[in-house]
Amino acid sequence: MLTLKRLTKRYKTGDLALQEVTLDIPQGQVVGLIGPSGAGKSTLIRCINRLVEPTAGTVQLKELNLTSLSQTALRRARRHMGMIFQEYALVERLTVMENVLSGQLGYVSFWRSLLRRFPTPAVQQAFAVLDRVGLLDHVDKRADALSGGQRQRVGIARALLQNPDLLLVDEPTASLDPKTSRQIMRLITEICAERQLAAIINIHDVALAQLFVQRIIGLRQGQVVYDGAPDGLTAEVLTDIYGAEDWSATIRKEPVEEPPVAEEEEPLPEKKLAVAR
Amino acid sequence: MPIRDRDGSNIWQRRTSRQQWLSWFGWLLLVSLFIFCWRLMNENTLWMFVQDAPRQVIDITDRMTPPRWSYMERLWKPLWDTLNIATLGTLLGITMAVPVAFLAARNTTPSDRYVRPVAILVIVSSRSINSLIWALLLVSILGPGLLAGIIAIALRSIGFIGKLLYEAIEEIDHSQVEAVLATGASGSQVLDYAIVPQIMPAFAGISVFRWDINIRESTVLGLVGAGGIGLELSHSLNTLAWPQVSLIFIVILGTVVVSEWISARVRHAII
Repeated sequence: MLTLKRLTKRYKTGDLALQEVTLDIPQGQVVGLIGPSGAGKSTLIRCINRLVEPTAGTVQLKELNLTSLSQTALRRARRHMGMIFQEYALVERLTVMENVLSGQLGYVSFWRSLLRRFPTPAVQQAFAVLDRVGLLDHVDKRADALSGGQRQRVGIARALLQNPDLLLVDEPTASLDPKTSRQIMRLITEICAERQLAAIINIHDVALAQLFVQRIIGLRQGQVVYDGAPDGLTAEVLTDIYGAEDWSATIRKEPVEEPPVAEEEEPLPEKKLAVAR
Repeated sequence: MPIRDRDGSNIWQRRTSRQQWLSWFGWLLLVSLFIFCWRLMNENTLWMFVQDAPRQVIDITDRMTPPRWSYMERLWKPLWDTLNIATLGTLLGITMAVPVAFLAARNTTPSDRYVRPVAILVIVSSRSINSLIWALLLVSILGPGLLAGIIAIALRSIGFIGKLLYEAIEEIDHSQVEAVLATGASGSQVLDYAIVPQIMPAFAGISVFRWDINIRESTVLGLVGAGGIGLELSHSLNTLAWPQVSLIFIVILGTVVVSEWISARVRHAII
């Protein structure tokens, strides 16, 4: 569904952030993108929705060639790509509802959005999505009154309100504690399964990625150096991606089945935590 | 290097000896300049008048007290005019300053090369001229009266509000802009959802602060004929009606204190 062909990005400073990245992601697949800081993970997902303009190569979403679109057509195309950020990137002084409804901005006219008169179906969808992420009690709060995990749920709800085909997720758990990180990752992967969304998740926590995603792509200095199953991440592969280090504590020793669908606020069983670490 | 080697042990100093000499020399220059200016000032002072000063102060104070309270009934109207000059001038200034600020901010300007320098020029030229001088100019163009005062206040306010607001716009968190852009929002929607909420507290604070300053500035605009309480002050000074002058001072002080209090409350409520 999403196809990258020889995608390359060179910044004005001369840094080559991406070198001929070629990928193909089918519908409904959740991909974990790992790699050291500065490997080009953020650049890669920003080149897909063109928040960063790629230097060369093509990005194709379904039948649409994103790299050749005009600004207006690009805005339309962006509606189908929800984005979730590391520091949540919520508009702090707006309410939860306004933040979630901002996912609809690509669909409504300027005047409607200025007067906050969103179409009734959109508002109903917003309530449904907020219910799904467990924030129905916080609709009227301002975004800066929420905790980190709650904010990220608002971020997810905003992305879902775009009715996307694809989620671009940039370090969703980097600012969260271990338990909340798991809950957020579980929420994202569950939603992707429910709606058959493809997702690219940039992530530093290799163990967490292995626990939740179906496919791992390793990036080093802008090049794909690993593309395969989460179980294939051996010490050699990790050394290839990150450099030499004792990886024994990071690698999953035995395959664990997908974690059970727990209640949102319920902690994971201790045993699972121990195995995953 | 501020680290020197002496008898095998490292000695660390904050500055290299070259920097030390430069700073010593800088201080020397500053002190010499101060002494030079002091002497120049003393040469041009007529000490006879200075010696006379305490007596003059007592004399004027004597003539100014008690204030002529009955004069107050003629002050309400000019006081109201002064408040109007300040408030309307601020509002007019804000409506002109906001677009200029968006054109001047690096992250919202349509063209860094052509539009931004023009907007900056507008801000700088407005700031470089005092509102009293703006009023002087406008009185000779528009004739004396409130309108000249309002426009003078507005013109001076553009620079102040424009500069502080465009700096606030440049300091916003870019990730919020990115997030709204990523939803497929248009430029004006990004402005409405990502930029305006972030600058709102700064905008409110700046506007109220400028209104507060404008109240003070509008009290003197009458001196050049631009209406308000300054006009009465000028009349009273010219006719040596010192009891009236002292009452006007008291009224101005009271107005400024009240406006100060209001603006502090408003800023507190918004931020």
